Amino acid sequence: MVAFVCNWCTYTGADLAGTSRLTMEPNVRIVRLPCTGRIDPLFILKALERGADGVIVSGCHPGDCHYTSGNYHARRRFAVFHDLLQFLGFEEDRLTFSWVSASEGMKWKDIVDDAVARVRALGPFRGYDREAVAGSELAGRAA
Amino acid sequence: MKELQDLARTLLSDGTVQVVIGWEDGPTGARPVFVTSPEGADKLIFDTRCVHNLATFLSPRRSHVARLGKAAVVVKGCDARAVAMLLRESQIKREDIVLIGVRCGGVQKDPASKEPLTAATVADKCTGCDVREPHLADHVVGELPQAPPNDDARERFIEELSAMPASERWEFWQTAFARCVRCNACREVCPLCTCERCIVDKTQPRWIEPSAHPAAIMAWQITRAQHHAGRCSDCGECARVCPAGIPLDVLNREMARILQIRFDYTATDDPEAPAPLGAFRTDDGQEFIR
Repeated sequence: MVAFVCNWCTYTGADLAGTSRLTMEPNVRIVRLPCTGRIDPLFILKALERGADGVIVSGCHPGDCHYTSGNYHARRRFAVFHDLLQFLGFEEDRLTFSWVSASEGMKWKDIVDDAVARVRALGPFRGYDREAVAGSELAGRAA
Repeated sequence: MKELQDLARTLLSDGTVQVVIGWEDGPTGARPVFVTSPEGADKLIFDTRCVHNLATFLSPRRSHVARLGKAAVVVKGCDARAVAMLLRESQIKREDIVLIGVRCGGVQKDPASKEPLTAATVADKCTGCDVREPHLADHVVGELPQAPPNDDARERFIEELSAMPASERWEFWQTAFARCVRCNACREVCPLCTCERCIVDKTQPRWIEPSAHPAAIMAWQITRAQHHAGRCSDCGECARVCPAGIPLDVLNREMARILQIRFDYTATDDPEAPAPLGAFRTDDGQEFIR
């Protein structure tokens, strides 16, 4: 699993989780970005394309953005992205959005454990595997 | 029709514009035409087959059009929304173009159609049209025809899709996208794909693979939809030109619905309206965020 996190809140929160010696699922690889506003939905698609089974996006709580409004812009962008993926039938549990502040090491642990558990229940992401999706009765309707 | 031709003739002969972009009667139905001399103005037509959104020729990436000189463009009320978006994003200047609005009573799905306009043949976008009398135009021509028949098959289809379990929706879209040959016709025809260099053409880094692999198609289709969120004027040209018949207009329609529900935004022909994804409210919904 890949986590895209902002430098100022969630990364520091994850760091706190580490220095507090909290034990959590080891499946998540963190990519640190300056702000959630820097996270393009393409990052998420690329991660899934290259074999990630789930993605976490996390940043500062509303009002706490280091750049004042980056997370507000991100929130709108991801609201649209989230609804679009839902319409396309993407398995919602593979995608986790959260706000984790620098002091919420415990919350980060919970988010990670929960996200990993939900993705584990779904199994590997095979949505791009034509054989896994093939045999559709809907093929004719797609026109 | 004569009113339109006369106006075009006047604009061309008094030098107000160097080219009039409109529709003509071609061998396979109505098609776009560029008229550069007053004599050519007789070619211009407007009827229910004039489906094409000619605002696409105003996009600044079409430098070959700009080279023809100042343009007058014939627009339906819905096409004016795309022009408004180009103005809003400072892609064109209002004084650089002349807009000839045509009063419209709906268009066909197919520009080659010879059928009368009925619920079966009318384009989905015409449902609930509130711009039969075009705004934003410098000149408005024609009589106001009857309102188009209301029949938006897309709305029904979206409801049907939304009621399905997610796995079936995924299967539906994967099956539809599997036919995509990555020809980029949807991008080429779009009046609002204004990027000089599209992200699919960028190679360092290569965000979207150019192949027709399912992951690459998904990346392209999602990016296309996302880049048009809050910008799309729902002219449906992408779906009309798609050689694989992918229902891109259904995707656009759903995006419009999402923006309406989330941010109370609807496509408008007001060039001053704020862009929904360029703005925010501190109390925007965040039920999907933990």
